[in-house]
Amino acid sequence: MSDPVSALNGASFQGFASIREIGPIGMITLRAKGLKSLDKAIKSVTGTKTPAQRRIEVNGDRACGWMSPDEYLLILPYAGVADALAKLAKSLSGEHHLAVDVSDARAVFRIEGDKAADVLRKLFPVDFEVLEPGEMRRSRAAQVPAALWKQDQGFTLVCFRSVATYVMGLLTHSAQPGSEI
Amino acid sequence: MLILECPYCGVKADETELSPGYEAHLKRFGPGASPEEFEAYMFARKNPKGVHFERWRHSYGCGKWFLAARCTATLEVFGTYSSQVSEPPADIIAKIQARRPGWQPDGKVTK
Amino acid sequence: MSTRLAKGGRLINRAAPVEFSFNGKRFRGYEGDTLAAGLLANDQMLVGRSFKYHRPRGIVASGPEEPNALVNLGSGARLEPNQRTTTTELFDGLESTSQNHWPSLEFDIGVVNNTAARFLPAGFYYKTFIHPRPFWKHVFEPIIRRSAGLGKAPTTGDADRYEQVYAFCDVLVVGAGVAGLLAAKAAADAGSRVILLEQTPTLGGRAPVDDTEIQGQPVDAWLTAIEADLAARDNVTIRTRTCGFGVYDHGYVLADERVADHTPGDGRPKHRLWRIRAGKIVTATGAIERPLSFAGNDIPGVMLASAVRDYVTNYAVSPGDRTVIVTNNDSAYHTALALKSAGLDVPAILDAREVADGALPEAARAAGIRVLTGKAIAKVKGSKRVNGVAICAQAGEGAVQEEIACEAVAMSGGWSPVVHLWSHCGGKLTWDEGISAFIPDPSRPPLNHDGSAMVEVVGAAAGDLSLTGSSVAIPPVWVMPQGAPIQLRSKMWLDYQNDVKVSDVQLAAREGYQSVEHTKRYTTLGMATDQGKLSNINGLAVLADALGQEIPQVGTTTFRPPYTPVTIGALAGESRGEIFQPLRRTPMHEAHEKAGAYFEPVGLWRRPYCFPRAGETHEQAVHREVLNTRTNLGLLDASTLGKIIVKGPDAGRFLDMLYTGVMSTLPVGKCRYGLMCNEQGFLSDDGVVARIDEDTWLCHTTSGGADRIHAWMEDWLQCEWWDWKVYTANVTEQYAQVAVVGPNARKLLQVLGGMDVSKETLPFMQWADGTLAGFPVRVYRISFSGELSYEIAVPSSHGAAFWAACVDAGRALGAMPYGTECLHVMRAEKGFIMIGDETDGTVIPQDLGLDWAISKKKADFLGKRGQERVYLASPDRWKLVGFETLDGSVIPDGAYIIADGTNANGQRNVQGRVTSTYYSPTLKRGIAMGLLKQGPARNGEVVEFNTVAGGTVKARVRDMVFYDKDGEKQNV
Repeated sequence: MSDPVSALNGASFQGFASIREIGPIGMITLRAKGLKSLDKAIKSVTGTKTPAQRRIEVNGDRACGWMSPDEYLLILPYAGVADALAKLAKSLSGEHHLAVDVSDARAVFRIEGDKAADVLRKLFPVDFEVLEPGEMRRSRAAQVPAALWKQDQGFTLVCFRSVATYVMGLLTHSAQPGSEI
Repeated sequence: MLILECPYCGVKADETELSPGYEAHLKRFGPGASPEEFEAYMFARKNPKGVHFERWRHSYGCGKWFLAARCTATLEVFGTYSSQVSEPPADIIAKIQARRPGWQPDGKVTK
Repeated sequence: MSTRLAKGGRLINRAAPVEFSFNGKRFRGYEGDTLAAGLLANDQMLVGRSFKYHRPRGIVASGPEEPNALVNLGSGARLEPNQRTTTTELFDGLESTSQNHWPSLEFDIGVVNNTAARFLPAGFYYKTFIHPRPFWKHVFEPIIRRSAGLGKAPTTGDADRYEQVYAFCDVLVVGAGVAGLLAAKAAADAGSRVILLEQTPTLGGRAPVDDTEIQGQPVDAWLTAIEADLAARDNVTIRTRTCGFGVYDHGYVLADERVADHTPGDGRPKHRLWRIRAGKIVTATGAIERPLSFAGNDIPGVMLASAVRDYVTNYAVSPGDRTVIVTNNDSAYHTALALKSAGLDVPAILDAREVADGALPEAARAAGIRVLTGKAIAKVKGSKRVNGVAICAQAGEGAVQEEIACEAVAMSGGWSPVVHLWSHCGGKLTWDEGISAFIPDPSRPPLNHDGSAMVEVVGAAAGDLSLTGSSVAIPPVWVMPQGAPIQLRSKMWLDYQNDVKVSDVQLAAREGYQSVEHTKRYTTLGMATDQGKLSNINGLAVLADALGQEIPQVGTTTFRPPYTPVTIGALAGESRGEIFQPLRRTPMHEAHEKAGAYFEPVGLWRRPYCFPRAGETHEQAVHREVLNTRTNLGLLDASTLGKIIVKGPDAGRFLDMLYTGVMSTLPVGKCRYGLMCNEQGFLSDDGVVARIDEDTWLCHTTSGGADRIHAWMEDWLQCEWWDWKVYTANVTEQYAQVAVVGPNARKLLQVLGGMDVSKETLPFMQWADGTLAGFPVRVYRISFSGELSYEIAVPSSHGAAFWAACVDAGRALGAMPYGTECLHVMRAEKGFIMIGDETDGTVIPQDLGLDWAISKKKADFLGKRGQERVYLASPDRWKLVGFETLDGSVIPDGAYIIADGTNANGQRNVQGRVTSTYYSPTLKRGIAMGLLKQGPARNGEVVEFNTVAGGTVKARVRDMVFYDKDGEKQNV
């Protein structure tokens, strides 16, 4: 078997901010609500607490984001997904939940630099001046759904894999040198 | 371009982040329903000029359906609320009545 | 002649001369000039021809209200038609050409219209050329098209980039004149996040020209101070060259920033569209001066009084040595004084009022200017430029009392507040008698989401005209002189751009037009690119007078966005070229491109339609792919197929409601074909469902249906059965899926190796997890072609590698990739339906002979009640059958099955239509499926389809399965 290949195989662009496609990254959609063992199950996979509404809890290369009142996005190294799914199955066994591997269904981008927010302000109907650190915002990047959050002097953006080329095109267009806002 | 606050994730969502779902609080009629009941469920829509209850989905956000009470004439939004109720909750009705004195939900007679 | 003055000009930088061209002539101007200022500085008074009569026209205004001086700007990939010279900043190398004339600006053949003007009255187009009908298309329209129209459309793609940006604030202030600056400062002081927009490059509005001091300080000092103050604040964003052009619901405002219009090719985006969400909107958009209606008021050299003083003060441009002022209010006296102090001559001020004794008139008199009250212009003399005016009494009928030679006329008919943004979302207006203008009525504002006033209007836009000096009551002067006869009225222009005159509006009234909205459309008043910024009120007043009504009774036309024209590029923003729309690509997309695939859109996906080889047509490629798949092995990228996981204790029950069949009884490890209907009972989607474990199912949907069906599931779970314990997840993109199809399919999987895919271990309609060639796979033994077939799902990150492995290992087995058209042909040969071909939103499964997939036992499922409607049980419904043409030809796509007689509209009656029609390379003949009245009951009958050429083709009704009726090929 070959190594897993991310959607754009690590494409990058240097404009007034830097754009990088990263990955592959392990991702699990966990749907559950109000379960006794939920906090423990999440902690066992990401080492974080269960995020509050619209928050993302980051722990090194692992994180847990709040996607909706009954959905979490668990982020972890790609190779660890099968183990993580097994752990979740064990800790949530007998309780109504759905945990599914979505690592390959996503593309992930990093947008970095002093003016990284300016790239995103051109694409998202989101008020970046009030977006808090650790806040996960699901919205749209121009015409496609995307989620993003501030992390380490930049932003992490997650979208569907099939539109990775489109999103890279958007980010490249928006980060063109000279188009600083 | 409306703004509606999603009651599930608290985002004041731009209309372009939402999908419309038309009239709220329809009662489903399945097998055994009379033609009149089925017609009411399938086709009879209120389309009022004034207070109206609608379904919206936060489709570019948390994916949840929610309900909105809104004036179709002025576009004032009285409130948004959970889709998991069969009629507008009391606090929404109170908000509407505060702005539209004398307004009553369907089926209730004005005193 | 108009010329540059030796000194002055507050906006120009004499140290930075620039060269530009107009109709090929080289001119010199300065940085800071507008194109209009540059043209006037070079005595280019004539800049265009009018729309209808091709009359010579010059510059009238100094801002976005300019109706006449529109030019083609730039060339080639940077050509822009209809650019207003008054808002175009001059830059070195600017190229401009005049519009709307033939063969030249100086000599226009179309001007013959001028003498025939009386044959081109209001409603001309509606009255003429109606009959005979064919003449319109072939004779009149081509002629009119040649002589009409503004500007030239570019013939090449736009060389520039555009972008958009989302912005948010508590208070948005539109317009950075004194009122706007003060509003922005007040909001900023209160701690609000403020955005201040100004359409010009500089702040201050009219104050630097019209005022001497503000709040006790010299204007320039005051402006410098407040600009510095605002710029220093974190909570204030100031954008110049940015026009707020539209107000929409809930505080949404669109603004167009002209980022690089004045620096073309410097790499910056040309325009940036701002999408602003504001808690509250303050419009400080000022007022626009109105022209006066006198004969010859369109001759080049007749300008708005405010524009004349703008050119003198801002750009040191003289409109001519001698300028006659004509007015009905005090503000025009500013112009007289400005001209005088620039050393220019003002032979007379003609004031229509009987008395003019305010401070400004007195100052003019003190400066030695001749002020004539109660006077009007009877006629402007000249054709391509003004050479004098004939004076008469305003109260009379135009008897000339005196003629004065002059090069320019500066006119002021009062001021109209710019109420557009207030009105866009329904803010109401009220008529102000004092200033003879509509002003916003604060008691009837446009409303925000919380019911509060969304827009507040300040300054001149609200009717406070103190700055211009015209705040004192003015007598309305709508026609000059008041008793002007038709000869004069037919030379008084209301709408310069669309050539609408006082006489046209009066004619419309005589012909019975009473509503202002109808009159507008009939006469085209205010319908040009300037949207009647100068003409609306004057036209309305003339109409009201003709109808014998008051102006407020007649009302005004509706203001709609945009306030000024916005280039399509800005509205499109980034959505151009490669990122015009999101194209979805499968993990194997690149491999298909390399293999020379011809792609087709399936929803937003791009899927290979076929893989043509050198010298092959698409049709030949499809036939080869079909035959090869049926005899050897075909590989299909099926990744786009929708995949939705449904899990939970109530998942079986839920799926039984969703599908017409029963899914709860499906054993783990098995697959079942299912249909989904909407509540009307009409077929909505289909696909194979696999039972993964005790409480987990995987539902396959059509390629275009994944998101829709996932949303449909969530809708029912969230809004109807919210107490059911079911979770769904759309995992469509998690897996790349390869269909391995054909007699050699099993052999290929065996070559890849890793799991037992024998008939016994993995029979038809079962699935299994395992590995193939080391890839983690899930193999579904399902078939949409009638062949032995496996659909293999691998994680998308391995999709390209797995596809390559299949292609490599398949080579020895005769494998070829095939596309969607081959898939279609093969499924049609087997009589399998396709959502969107056999269905169109009015078809129930029973129409398609799919009764076997509908449970008779279930008490309820979505669509069951809908299907019970009486008319759906009619034996006369169009039902699906197969067709074989008698001559073996292919029935055209979309063909109808004709019936005897005609309907009420005289159209041929029909009794059905084709839904899928292909040439079958397997059977070497045309095959088709279609919906026919009474359907299968008419088996064996011969029916006729219409053809594109107008004839018919005969076909025999038969069953739908053309190939391998017993299914022997897939069950091996």
